Amino acid sequence: MNFKRQTLAKLANWPILALCRSMIIKPAGLVIPLGAVLVKARTVGAQALDVESEEFRLLFQELTQGQQVNVQRVHLSVPRLADNGHSVPLRVWVDALQSEAEHVKRLIILSCRNPRPLIARFQFKPMETPLSLSTRIRLNGSQRIWALAQLNDETWWGAHAQVEVTESACLDATL
Amino acid sequence: MTARIVLPIARKLGEPMAVRILIQHPMDTGFMHDVSGAAIEKNVIHSLSLEFNGEELLNAELGTGTAANPFIQFQVRLRQSGEFLLKWVDDKGQMGMERAACIFADRN
Repeated sequence: MNFKRQTLAKLANWPILALCRSMIIKPAGLVIPLGAVLVKARTVGAQALDVESEEFRLLFQELTQGQQVNVQRVHLSVPRLADNGHSVPLRVWVDALQSEAEHVKRLIILSCRNPRPLIARFQFKPMETPLSLSTRIRLNGSQRIWALAQLNDETWWGAHAQVEVTESACLDATL
Repeated sequence: MTARIVLPIARKLGEPMAVRILIQHPMDTGFMHDVSGAAIEKNVIHSLSLEFNGEELLNAELGTGTAANPFIQFQVRLRQSGEFLLKWVDDKGQMGMERAACIFADRN
């Protein structure tokens, strides 16, 4: 699976296929299916976002200004099973040099099921060391977490992870 | 409210190091109730910034999705000694500030 994905990603970088990719925006004949398949492997649209709610999808598009998000370069580490939704450790790191030429401008952490999906938004000064950030978040039940990073060239990159939460952070003893 | 900026003891000038920020704050979501059943008003630290020698290294907008007593750790690489300055504001308008000197013993 991993191999397949990498191969697809490599293929998608070929100039001829990149051309196909650019063409899928326009309704153009036979090129569409091939290009579409390759794009599917790399961007969000066709992937996991299909499972999320409409509200989440809108927020997601608003935050990324409707741009495509490449599910690459950003790494998200959360426990597979979190007993306590009040405090779930989370770590995000991004494959970017954090130099003036290439750095993460903005980092967003999103939750698909929290009443307020926007968990946190960060901005960084490029520090010439790969970006790595740890924090603790609150979760309202089992869900998918997204980490989105915008580089200085305005492209969006992301990663998602599934967390099972035993105890929701939105309930207390009075309910 | 108290806060801490934790720096590694063994640090070297010009090498990556982790900076840890810890702030004591309940981060009330507005969804919880106290023992008498009254709703607890939403009160979270909505913005936070970390400066080093007057230059902003990190700016964070937090929400109710951040756990109580916010903790943030991230990597920095510093080229000189100086002072960290952490500032934050919560929904009630309460501001906080914390400083931490970062001196590199090997060279200054």
